[in-house]
Amino acid sequence: MNELKKKIKLFISEKIDITNLADTDDMFKQGFVNSLFAMELVMFVENEIGVKVENKDLMLDNFRSVCAIEKFIMSKK
Amino acid sequence: MKIEKTGVVGAGIMGTGLALTLLLYGKTVFLIDSDKSKLEIFENDLIKNIRFQILFNAEWKDIVPDKLKHNLITSTNPEILNSADYIIENVTEDWEIKKELWEKLDSICKKETIFASNTSAIPITKQASVTKRPDKVIGIHFMNPVPLKPVVEVIKSELTSDETIKNTLSFLEEIGKRGILINDAPGFVSNRVLMLTINEAFYLLQEGTASISEIDEIFKTCFGHKMGPFETADLIGLDTILLTLKVLKDNLKDNKFTPCPLLRTVVDKGFFGAKNKKTIYQYFNLNN
Repeated sequence: MNELKKKIKLFISEKIDITNLADTDDMFKQGFVNSLFAMELVMFVENEIGVKVENKDLMLDNFRSVCAIEKFIMSKK
Repeated sequence: MKIEKTGVVGAGIMGTGLALTLLLYGKTVFLIDSDKSKLEIFENDLIKNIRFQILFNAEWKDIVPDKLKHNLITSTNPEILNSADYIIENVTEDWEIKKELWEKLDSICKKETIFASNTSAIPITKQASVTKRPDKVIGIHFMNPVPLKPVVEVIKSELTSDETIKNTLSFLEEIGKRGILINDAPGFVSNRVLMLTINEAFYLLQEGTASISEIDEIFKTCFGHKMGPFETADLIGLDTILLTLKVLKDNLKDNKFTPCPLLRTVVDKGFFGAKNKKTIYQYFNLNN
């Protein structure tokens, strides 16, 4: 597993139990998290990864799963 | 009637949700509260909250959060509402507080200004009667969370004019809400039924018929509700539920609105729900 993915999973695991969460699972659809967690993910990407999330990037699709977050960050680097 | 300058009284959950909605739809918002710290929290979190709304509604993609901040004016002094076209109060469900507020605003505001009460249960006619503009007083029962709920109850009193109703419905449309117009009665439609449901859920819990999560699950899975009565109560505020039940009992003189002793106990112990992060679910994890 790459470092970025590890970092993302570590952040999520601090908030929720990710034992049964696959990297491609939609956390919102499957009820792992509530909608407020979406904003925490945005703050994580900005403050801990250092990637600015522009208005146009503020889409739930960019934050739905571990893979989606990774893909979004990579697209910004 | 063009409504650009809006006044929001009360910076609690409903007041701030409403202020945020009005800002998102380009209105100027004068937000007042006697508690300065509530206003500061709202101002400090505003950019974050606007971004949160953009995340869930692509309609607001082009909004520049910093720009909206300039459309917000906060104060502890109600005098700043003197130029507002439309005022919506969201203060505590306490008749004396609302009465005093309307009397004061009646003397401060322009004579054309419409007064709307986002009350949970206090009749609109009663509120209108303490002003010199009863034809311009109306009820709007916004739902929580305000930015995400597209439908509201609009309550006309015996005294509300057709013009006020028309202006209110078009104003609501401008801020993305559809109003369902109903007649005045304590608790209107939604809270008259909802408060009894939540109160009965507390009785079921008190009697040991089912657990808190079982009761919520029945509502969610059997009825398809998004939330069960306890989750709803946590979102609204357990203290607000208690207060609303008391208002309903006072106004309707019907004992069926007597608050369940368990609800009283929970509130007496300081569990108000999501607003103070002491929910009914936490109460039972701590006590059972």
